[in-house]
Amino acid sequence: MKFLCVGCDQAMAFAERQLPGDGTLTAIFTCPGCGREVAMLANPMETQLVSSLGVEIGGRTVPAQPMEQTRSAMDRPNQEAFRTDAEEPAGIAPGDAVAGASAADGPPGSWAPVTWSEGATERLGRVPNFVRGMVKRIYADYAQERGIEVITEAVMDRARSELGLEGM
Amino acid sequence: MRGYAEVVAEDRSDLPGQIGDQRRRLVERLAGVGAVVAVVSGKGGVGKSAVTANLAVSLAAAGASVGALDADLNGPCLARMLGLSRDGLEDRADGVHPATGPSGVRGMSTELLLDENAPLRWKGPGSDRFVWQGATEAAVLREFLSDVVWGSLDYLLVDVPPGTDKIGRFLDLIPRPDQVLLVTIPSAAATSVVARSATFLAEAGVAPVGLVRNMVGYAPASGGAPLPLFSGPDMNGVSEPLDMEVWADIPFDPRLSQLTDAGRPPGAGCEGGVGRAMAALVARVESARGGREEPGP
Repeated sequence: MKFLCVGCDQAMAFAERQLPGDGTLTAIFTCPGCGREVAMLANPMETQLVSSLGVEIGGRTVPAQPMEQTRSAMDRPNQEAFRTDAEEPAGIAPGDAVAGASAADGPPGSWAPVTWSEGATERLGRVPNFVRGMVKRIYADYAQERGIEVITEAVMDRARSELGLEGM
Repeated sequence: MRGYAEVVAEDRSDLPGQIGDQRRRLVERLAGVGAVVAVVSGKGGVGKSAVTANLAVSLAAAGASVGALDADLNGPCLARMLGLSRDGLEDRADGVHPATGPSGVRGMSTELLLDENAPLRWKGPGSDRFVWQGATEAAVLREFLSDVVWGSLDYLLVDVPPGTDKIGRFLDLIPRPDQVLLVTIPSAAATSVVARSATFLAEAGVAPVGLVRNMVGYAPASGGAPLPLFSGPDMNGVSEPLDMEVWADIPFDPRLSQLTDAGRPPGAGCEGGVGRAMAALVARVESARGGREEPGP
């Protein structure tokens, strides 16, 4: 799908995506010539159809997470389906070094060290277990890429805002 | 005014690129798999899952590293048959590690993601689900293949649900599986459906396809030749129209079904004709792969 500004004969550029939370999607496009904006409003069916393809309108802000579509699409899943690794059998404890995305020095599949504050730990603990590992990985990736050693609630807020993690 | 093809501009969404990334992840993940073996039929109730489970443990018992994927998202039973623990999936930094059963077979199934007796439901608009449900299920199957850390496997068995459309969905993801086992039973009705699947596979250029004739007679506990289980023509008569190479004739044996339902499929270790048939199937599968290379140091 493309949008053409008829007056300028220029392709309009994607500017912003909004997910109001009611299953609909708003995508705003801007004409680089005249600056006019157009909003594409998708109903829940159209939004779902795009979502079913596992793609993001406007491009991805974070890499695809393991089984992200399965986890986000299943209704009423078994919340105990996923275990974290042996080093972290019952979730995470405040101050523990856990939950990085890729360990350069550890064995394959191990978590790289990132420390979580108590508040961040509590907040992460409120994320349903079925998607918690995926959410944890996103925040840990964000922290690692920016050299942040301790993930706090403020870091989580910043990540949500910068990465456009609506609903996390 | 210019049309769609004439308007060329930077596409920040790059949806084709995102789809391409999904495909690349799948190819990369399966690079460590020696052979993808699809177990299909087109017809339900012919024993695909039981054949898959018993073949998996038989191959594992023969020394192969084996994964088993339950592509029947809505009617899963492979996890139960393989004795996979319901909390056996591990969420690790490099992806989701599959559950491992007592036979060493690694498995993935929606059965592991659902509460006991809970049907599979997707979030989304409540009406006209058919519009998007197929796309969602195809994406989930893709993630089962690409996002599960299968590791290095000799065989990845895929239990494909009934319906030629489901075979097509699987081939969309893996257009050239290394082997396909087409499962049928001595029933003219079943064979007529299986024949459609055979045509579907042939038109898709998939080979080799081996015919597995399941429930070929009843194996009496006292031994001896199998007794007829279905009325009508015998297996040779029924499957003749398929004109395919038979890779195994598996008699019905209640011990096999009891043990398989209990999560302890005996496979080639089963006494009597079933065990011999499974051993023959293992040999045929290994032969089609060209013999299994011994794991490196």
